[in-house]
Amino acid sequence: MKSSAGISFKNNMRQYVMVIALAVVIILFEITTGGVLLKPLNISNLIMQNAYILILATGMLLCILTGGNIDLSVGSVAGFVGAISAVLIIRMDVPVFWAILISLGVGVLIGFWQGFWIAYVGVPAFIATLAGMLIFRGLTLVTLQGTSLAPMPKNYTFLASGFLPDIFGGSTINILALVIGLLSSAVYVFFEMRKRANRGKYGFEVASNKAFILQLVGIIAVINAFTFALASYRGIPMVLVIVVILVAIYSFITMKTIPGRHIYAFGGNAKAARLSGVNTKRVMFWVYVNMSVLAAFAGIIFTGRLNSATPKSGVNFELDAIASCFIGGASTAGGVGTVIGAIVGGLLMGVLNNGMSIMGVSIDWQQAIKGFVLLGAVAFDVYSKSKAK
Amino acid sequence: MGQNVLEMKNITKLFPGVKALDQVNLSVKAHQIHALVGENGAGKSTLMNVLSGVYPSGSYEGDIVVEGEVCQFRGIKESEAKGIAIIHQELALIPSLSIAENVFLGNEQAGMGVIIDWDKTRTKTLEMMKKVGLDEHIETRVMDLGMGKQQLVEIVKALAKDVKILILDEPTAALNDDDSDHLLELLLELKSHDITSIIISHKLNEVTKVADEITVIRDGKTIETLIKGVDDISEDRIIKGMVGRELTDRFPKRTHDIGDVYFEVKDWNVYDQKDDTRHQLKDINIKTRKGEVVGIAGLMGAGRTELAMSIFGRSYGKKITGTIIKNGKEIKIHTVKAAISNGIAYTTEDRKSAGLILIDDIKRNISLASLKTISRHLIIDDNEEVKVGEEFRKKLRIKSSSILQKTGNLSGGNQQKVVFSKWIFSDPDVLILDEPTRGIDVGAKYEIYTVINELAEKGKTIIMISSELPEILGMCDRIYVMNEGQIVGELNSDEASQENIMHCIMQSH
Repeated sequence: MKSSAGISFKNNMRQYVMVIALAVVIILFEITTGGVLLKPLNISNLIMQNAYILILATGMLLCILTGGNIDLSVGSVAGFVGAISAVLIIRMDVPVFWAILISLGVGVLIGFWQGFWIAYVGVPAFIATLAGMLIFRGLTLVTLQGTSLAPMPKNYTFLASGFLPDIFGGSTINILALVIGLLSSAVYVFFEMRKRANRGKYGFEVASNKAFILQLVGIIAVINAFTFALASYRGIPMVLVIVVILVAIYSFITMKTIPGRHIYAFGGNAKAARLSGVNTKRVMFWVYVNMSVLAAFAGIIFTGRLNSATPKSGVNFELDAIASCFIGGASTAGGVGTVIGAIVGGLLMGVLNNGMSIMGVSIDWQQAIKGFVLLGAVAFDVYSKSKAK
Repeated sequence: MGQNVLEMKNITKLFPGVKALDQVNLSVKAHQIHALVGENGAGKSTLMNVLSGVYPSGSYEGDIVVEGEVCQFRGIKESEAKGIAIIHQELALIPSLSIAENVFLGNEQAGMGVIIDWDKTRTKTLEMMKKVGLDEHIETRVMDLGMGKQQLVEIVKALAKDVKILILDEPTAALNDDDSDHLLELLLELKSHDITSIIISHKLNEVTKVADEITVIRDGKTIETLIKGVDDISEDRIIKGMVGRELTDRFPKRTHDIGDVYFEVKDWNVYDQKDDTRHQLKDINIKTRKGEVVGIAGLMGAGRTELAMSIFGRSYGKKITGTIIKNGKEIKIHTVKAAISNGIAYTTEDRKSAGLILIDDIKRNISLASLKTISRHLIIDDNEEVKVGEEFRKKLRIKSSSILQKTGNLSGGNQQKVVFSKWIFSDPDVLILDEPTRGIDVGAKYEIYTVINELAEKGKTIIMISSELPEILGMCDRIYVMNEGQIVGELNSDEASQENIMHCIMQSH
């Protein structure tokens, strides 16, 4: 008989493997770049360079969960919404707050549009979003009339490249970042203890005290080393706060709520889900609405980071987001995958990009290597699953 | 005449936990029509799959002798080379391809290497179409043909392979009377062209009409072979052979406490999901009481599953009309969700493809249909879910390492218990159970029966669809017999027997 801890390890094996792979890649690049990778400045950059991909990967994961459906339009939607916000602010003098709100509203409408075709008309997601990819790329060009719009105002770019102000007024080091590090450590310990207590209460096996404490110490060390690094540069990037909040919200939705459960059930077996009272069309619809809203949000972040809206913004974003999910353990058949997994996948790609850039590997080789990583990760998954049977 | 073209000797075939065929013998004389009859699950199709190489040599015991030569088929190709062709109940045609393309699929008439010689293909197809009386253009796509003509295309396909022994599994099940007659005449015609046919059929009137010999199979064993002109081959005689079995103590006892009429379906009419001109269920009326187990008997394709699914939130069918009355009040249930909240549960006949999420664990499967019960403001209470899972695991004795085990790794019986748990947890008043013990071994069956009885004792209304007549007779207080989309009989348990259920079905033809 297998222990329940054993089963849960087996179910999550792919994720552990990816976390280990991420750690290995980080250490590898830390060595080959001569310590540049983990310099405070570079860590900050790493986050800001990849935030929009992580946001897209979060939404993409939900699409993939419904049964391996992907959304090819997210790059174009991000570009289009970025363009709209730029036009609103620069050409039409709309206040930043309202411009962002309207832009997100456009994201919602785009989601309704795509969700309608996919969920209610039954156009395959691949086709509907391929059409969306062309439509919104075209509309981006139309909106921008073929030129770039720049610069964006300060309070717009703040979302993408600003830092949380240090309310404690640290001079050489950002005290707020340190405090946040400690606070998150405390929150983490609290939740882990509670989880452990609950598992004990229901008679599930729990790891030994020794292993548990080792795990806590390890994670706390990583969190605080990370916040310390940020503190010794300019503090906590605003975009990190956004990503962490989004990841927390979506992890919660997927793992703890009825809509989340319905998404997994739908992807796991659509027929059984339907016969259990899951409204599969509605699930599909809202998953795509959600994706478009997140794509809109990613567009705003990217435009802020670039400090301009360009006709080429967002090209190929969808591919990075899709790759992140699959590297992070999502199944092409649907029903399997986690938000955290997609984020780990996204970070792995981000570290690869960043590390190779620092090493001076050219863009063409970077592309090729990322391709190999994606293929390798999924092949490993397929292989280990066939072995398990 | 008189010579055996085919002999199957002592064929035994095991499936995990089930002996599907047990020392079966079948002798077929050349240039005859041989009928194979038996109840659902008796082993007819399995036997034919052994013969045609679907189950390769080595996966069964016994010998197949074709024209005096012992054959060991490793696949369909090898049996086809010996002139054996099987036409399955579900036709193996590609709907989007033309008649000619289908006829020579896998048997392409190549001129040079891999290049198809279309002229040869067309002339040959035309020639054989004439033989079977199929009057269609050869470029017509198969999807544009009716069922009867599709069946003919299958026969043409078999003829194209120089068939000597043609096996037809329920060839007339999906055909109307005219098409059936035409098909049967064609078989007689083929007989005169020296083709031997083996026909599996539930329609005994057809069997008695065309067959020269009839072999009866029951519970994976050969019972007898009746010869036309020698033995009595009346329908009564055949039915006796098919069902002549003792009912032993395979069903747990239940104390009957049947209440008032509780759940009714009135004037229920449903059209085919895919073809809404096809009137599939006609004027169905059923009444069930509290604490009663009502069986729906019938052959495959009688429309029982369609009835259950159309009731369960209109999961099947088009243009549905009729009323559903529960506890004296009409209820409108147009979605599965509405069905569940109105206290109706439906367990599917196919637990793997439609009942369970195999990649999910036991507890998540159990909670799926009633997540609201264990949630507050859309947030699922994990602890509650675990508790519910554990409770059902103990109560229904689901054999598993823990409630975190994936349902895909459970045995059939335990999977069914998970399905039952899911629906019992949804707290229904009416449970529609579609083939609740299909593919489950005898011990687990008994446990499932016990659960069903407990539910009835608690005052739930149970509607049980089953193709196994002994099960229906052993479990049900009252039995509706369905055939071709209609209720063709209603029997109380004291007056019901396998014979009169079969009679209800046969007489309705």
